[in-house]
Amino acid sequence: MLVETAVKPARPTRPGTSLTSEQAERVRRVRRSGAYILLAISSAVFLLPFLWMVTTSLKSDAANLAFPPQWLPDSFNFDNYLKGWTGSLPFNRFLLNTIVITALSMAGNLISCILPAYAFARLRARAAGVMFAALLATMMIPREITLVPKFVMFSKLGWVDTYLPLIVPEFFGVALYIFLLRQFFTTIPQELIDAARIDGASELRILWSVMLPLAKPAIAAICLFSFVANWNQYLENSIYLRSMEKITLAQGLGMFNGQYVTQYNQMMAVALVSMLPILIIFFLAQKTFIRGVTLTGIAGR
Amino acid sequence: MTAVSVPTPLARREARRFHLFVSPWVVGFVLFSAGPILAAIVLSFIQWNLLQAPKWVGFANYVRMVNDPEFWESIGNTVEYGLGSVALGVTFTFLLALLLNQPLRFQGLFRTVMYLPSVVSGLATALLWLNILHPDYGLINKVLASFGIQGPGWLASQEWAIPGLVLMSVWGAGNTIVIYLAGLQGIPRTLYEAAEIDGAGWWRRFWSVTVPMMSPVIFFNVVTGFIAALQSYVLILVMTEGGPGNATMVLGLYIYRHAFVYFDMGYAATLSWAMFVLVIAVTAIQFSLAGRWVHYEFK
Repeated sequence: MLVETAVKPARPTRPGTSLTSEQAERVRRVRRSGAYILLAISSAVFLLPFLWMVTTSLKSDAANLAFPPQWLPDSFNFDNYLKGWTGSLPFNRFLLNTIVITALSMAGNLISCILPAYAFARLRARAAGVMFAALLATMMIPREITLVPKFVMFSKLGWVDTYLPLIVPEFFGVALYIFLLRQFFTTIPQELIDAARIDGASELRILWSVMLPLAKPAIAAICLFSFVANWNQYLENSIYLRSMEKITLAQGLGMFNGQYVTQYNQMMAVALVSMLPILIIFFLAQKTFIRGVTLTGIAGR
Repeated sequence: MTAVSVPTPLARREARRFHLFVSPWVVGFVLFSAGPILAAIVLSFIQWNLLQAPKWVGFANYVRMVNDPEFWESIGNTVEYGLGSVALGVTFTFLLALLLNQPLRFQGLFRTVMYLPSVVSGLATALLWLNILHPDYGLINKVLASFGIQGPGWLASQEWAIPGLVLMSVWGAGNTIVIYLAGLQGIPRTLYEAAEIDGAGWWRRFWSVTVPMMSPVIFFNVVTGFIAALQSYVLILVMTEGGPGNATMVLGLYIYRHAFVYFDMGYAATLSWAMFVLVIAVTAIQFSLAGRWVHYEFK
């Protein structure tokens, strides 16, 4: 209502109401094509860097070094993909490492977030309020604060240059995902749960047979969040992983940058390949994903 | 929440179950959040390079920080980057979300395209934007040149380095767009119909229905956007390493450098407390201003 008062009340009435239906239709059509034009322009802005990435990845070495640089490749050099991937850096190994870390982290996130989320949404206990506040607080704390002590802790444990610092914490809950799932669980009608209880179902049974099937979009969203986050994880990986046979795709790209500063064609080829799995998963699960994210919006209110 | 003075066996069983179910998170909270936070407090009073024995130095790290001109410079850069990326990001993505919410053909395709950059690995984004922002052959300056405008040096110049990074942050703000979309879909159609009957035009409906109804979502994006912006530095680390000069040395990067390049763990912990205070202060300011413009349906 405050915004309402901030608007000048003496705004003249728009001509919209006094138009004939024919004129109104014409106004609508003009407005709609305006929207298409704006969307097309902004889509181009968002897509242009991608197209440029693709064309760069297809350039010959000579075209890559040409000055001024060419927009389009002189010839289509698909072998950049092969050269970049199988060059001096073992990208097959990096891919395998990334898959292992991502898969284990995702599994850990799912196992460790569903149970607490269900508890926060559906079970009463005196400490619940305080614990939930603590959960939210961990989302606000900059990760730099815990980065140093965690590094010290993991190096004392002898976990540096192993996957353990990247995987083990994922099995102990992620505040953001617990919060998201909890919001979703609270929207499921109590009657369904009561009915299951009357049928003598245990809590775990209710969670498995009633809540999880209904929470599929949220679970899918968390899988995707977790996948993208772990696949692209750069900072923590580069802190903990040191030896060449253990590092991940994101790190490999970084080394690539250092070694072949001028060979953008191969660099872009490898970058595109390494983001391919995410793109495929995103396209396949797009609808579920957007619906899942809808919850984040609700959670933020 | 109902305060149960004499817990019934049923309530006690429910509470036991609650504690059992939240236990994975509680263990994680103690080990990976609360524990490290307490350790970080202790660490800030210690001088330690991980090799020699830690040395208790009292408030020396804090005194050093207050007298460290580079620290203040990094605070300035962090705030500049935060204000820039939030101001530009929040308004631009809101307008995009309004467009994407129109019932138009190819809606799903447009939405996917705008979301795409958020899926790109951070490092690929960094490499890409190093080229887009290149002073001579970068995409932006080439487009500007075709209009006869001489583009700035972007990451190569002291004044334009942060604005360049801000542009990149808006490009990757797909999450913000999707959260706005979710909010827009949640506005009841009846409000627009009522406004239309009252003769409100498009602009009036926007200001009197859309903006107030969306204000909690805008607020959410501003708050989380600031928190993310004040903490971000990974892309900056890859792209500029803080340069040219110290132009893009943000606080997160400064902390990273002291912890993992100089192995000055105590000072790094002290700096991370400064970041914590900065984030809390900015968030608190926003919450105190929220009452003036954020509209809630239920007070």
